[in-house]
Amino acid sequence: MAGIPHDHYEPKTGGERWVHKRLPIVGLLYDTIMIPTPKNLNWMWIWGIVLTFCLALQIITGIVLVMHYTPHVDLAFASVEHIMRDVNGGFMLRYLHANGASLFFVAVYAHIFRGLYYGSYKAPREITWIIGMLIYLAMMGTAFMGYVLPWGQMSFWGATVITGLFGAIPFIGEPIQTWLLGGPAVDNATLNRFFSLHYLLPFVIAALVAVHIWAFHTTGNNNPTGVEVRRTSKADAEKDTVPFWPYYVIKDLFALAVILAVFFAIVGFMPNYLGHPDNYVEANPLATPAHIVPEWYFLPFYAILRAFTSEVWVVQIASFLTGGIVDAKFFGVLAMFGAIIAMALAPWLDTSSVRSGKYRPQFKWWFWLLVIDFIALMWLGAMPAEEPYASFSLIGAAYWFGYFFVILPLLGVIEKPLPQPATIEEDFEAHYGTGSDDGATAPKPAE
Amino acid sequence: MFKKLALSAVAALGLFSGSAFAAGEGGHVEDFDFSFEGPFGAYDQAQLQRGLQIFTEVCSACHGLKFVPLRTLGDEGGPGLPEDQVRAYAAQNFEVYDAELEDTRPAIPTDHFPENNGVGAPDLSLMAKARAGFHGPYGTGLSQLFNGMGGAEYIASILTGYTGETKVEAGTTFYENHAFSTGWIAMAPPLAGEDVEFADGHSNELHHEAQDVAAFLMWTAEPKMMARKHAGFVGVLFLTLLSVLLYLTNKRIWRPIKHKPE
Repeated sequence: MAGIPHDHYEPKTGGERWVHKRLPIVGLLYDTIMIPTPKNLNWMWIWGIVLTFCLALQIITGIVLVMHYTPHVDLAFASVEHIMRDVNGGFMLRYLHANGASLFFVAVYAHIFRGLYYGSYKAPREITWIIGMLIYLAMMGTAFMGYVLPWGQMSFWGATVITGLFGAIPFIGEPIQTWLLGGPAVDNATLNRFFSLHYLLPFVIAALVAVHIWAFHTTGNNNPTGVEVRRTSKADAEKDTVPFWPYYVIKDLFALAVILAVFFAIVGFMPNYLGHPDNYVEANPLATPAHIVPEWYFLPFYAILRAFTSEVWVVQIASFLTGGIVDAKFFGVLAMFGAIIAMALAPWLDTSSVRSGKYRPQFKWWFWLLVIDFIALMWLGAMPAEEPYASFSLIGAAYWFGYFFVILPLLGVIEKPLPQPATIEEDFEAHYGTGSDDGATAPKPAE
Repeated sequence: MFKKLALSAVAALGLFSGSAFAAGEGGHVEDFDFSFEGPFGAYDQAQLQRGLQIFTEVCSACHGLKFVPLRTLGDEGGPGLPEDQVRAYAAQNFEVYDAELEDTRPAIPTDHFPENNGVGAPDLSLMAKARAGFHGPYGTGLSQLFNGMGGAEYIASILTGYTGETKVEAGTTFYENHAFSTGWIAMAPPLAGEDVEFADGHSNELHHEAQDVAAFLMWTAEPKMMARKHAGFVGVLFLTLLSVLLYLTNKRIWRPIKHKPE
């Protein structure tokens, strides 16, 4: 594998050489786990491990849940209650799985915003970023279909609303919607295919995760300075890096343990806090719930979807120009998917030559405004579609697009970046000192 | 600075739970005190037994509990009836249809409480989790974070929320109820106080009856609550201990990197 120069696995015994000649799997694992990693990574670099853990947790609890679950409109809801009441530890499996989805999304949003701040999406890491966005999309699909499986009221009506979005596509929308649902409305066919895909997609995600890791192990990790590891020689590289094992494995596991302590508190003491009470009512196609609200992790994009009503002038212009083909509903769908595509395009929209936001004085402000915008949209997505929330949503959506399509391209031209350290080693020593004989009391040098 | 981002992520998790915006705004839900509230709260066995009595003598006339197996009345962390009492309770109170006999027979512990859709009353197995008594403020979900979801409080509030006013609309009688979202509910007041006699002489005034049956319905909705809280507590305890050990390990292995001896 190309990458940062480091020591590779050398088979020592005859047996090891025998295996290595035929299948260099030990060498692959060794190179992966001993990968040279910038030694200045901060606590925002722990989310990758948390995400990997979430994927494993969801797959393992999910496989056991499937052993007791029945994907049929007449039996699904009762089979979930069977899990909650009769299966040994079933209540714990289900609550871990349901809240595991929330932990997964907390981690993925932290991971994505870390990438946005430190410019992890920039060359040469564009492919890592794109793969990451594909993983995020697959996660959203998996989570959405998983929420349908308990066949509660919010499962049914959520599925109806979301698949209805595809119906908004001009001309081909309705056939697509029918094809997705397996019929004219959400019914047993829908439940069965969602179950099948909900089981399939996590393994697709696992494969994408492997490619994601492969990609950034080739380019090397980004780091808080955005300055690349020196690859001129092994000795130079070693000044900037430490091996992943044990330094980052232990650090990440510590962070994971802290996060899981909070997670277990939620699962143990308030497992339904993030859920919706209506989903404890069995699906009823004849009774629409008063409010159909998606899970919290979809809310920012749901707010963007709803922001573009027929009263918004951009929507009216789009409708006029296309002779009515692009109506408000379709515009909203385009905006929702566009908001995610905008993120995926960040590597090409950001024109700044400086990678890390740490050295970009103006960028910082815009970035934190984007974080606030995201949280505000999350709140707005759960509020009723009426004033003043509709106008706020529109402002929030406008800033989201403005950040990616206007601010990122312009900032690279007008912003004067701060001086960056020449090497990672220099940055690291600025924090921890060059050391002395009495290592424990090494003072920080003046900055 | 990224601590801020982590904090905002946690805040977002807390603030924007979808459930915080559930239907039901408008009704006034009283914050009853229940023994099972909070991380260490436990069901009160005597209260669950009283609630079972009220359900059997009053509610079961119209409502079912189709997801609840009768045998679980003997479970630890539940009403905890002795085995012979569970058997007797099942046989005395419910008839079920047996497909093998092609006839009805008295219920046995392995049967569920029967369904009951005679008058279109909803099944109560999960009612305490299917309603949220607390909301907001301003869509933040903070109320539920501190007070709980409020399902049992909602049920008790409905049972005590009748004003005595009625109206007839399209041939259906509606009863005014402060706790109900629209203010008018189709269910006639099921409890008036002194509806049942408790063997232990516990008060049977309306407020107490409502709370006892609400607690019982919380148990039918979440029968494994005690086991869940225990698992959560053990999980938090061990993970905290593990965090400390990993913290110390991490400090130790990074020391030579962070403080290089020259």
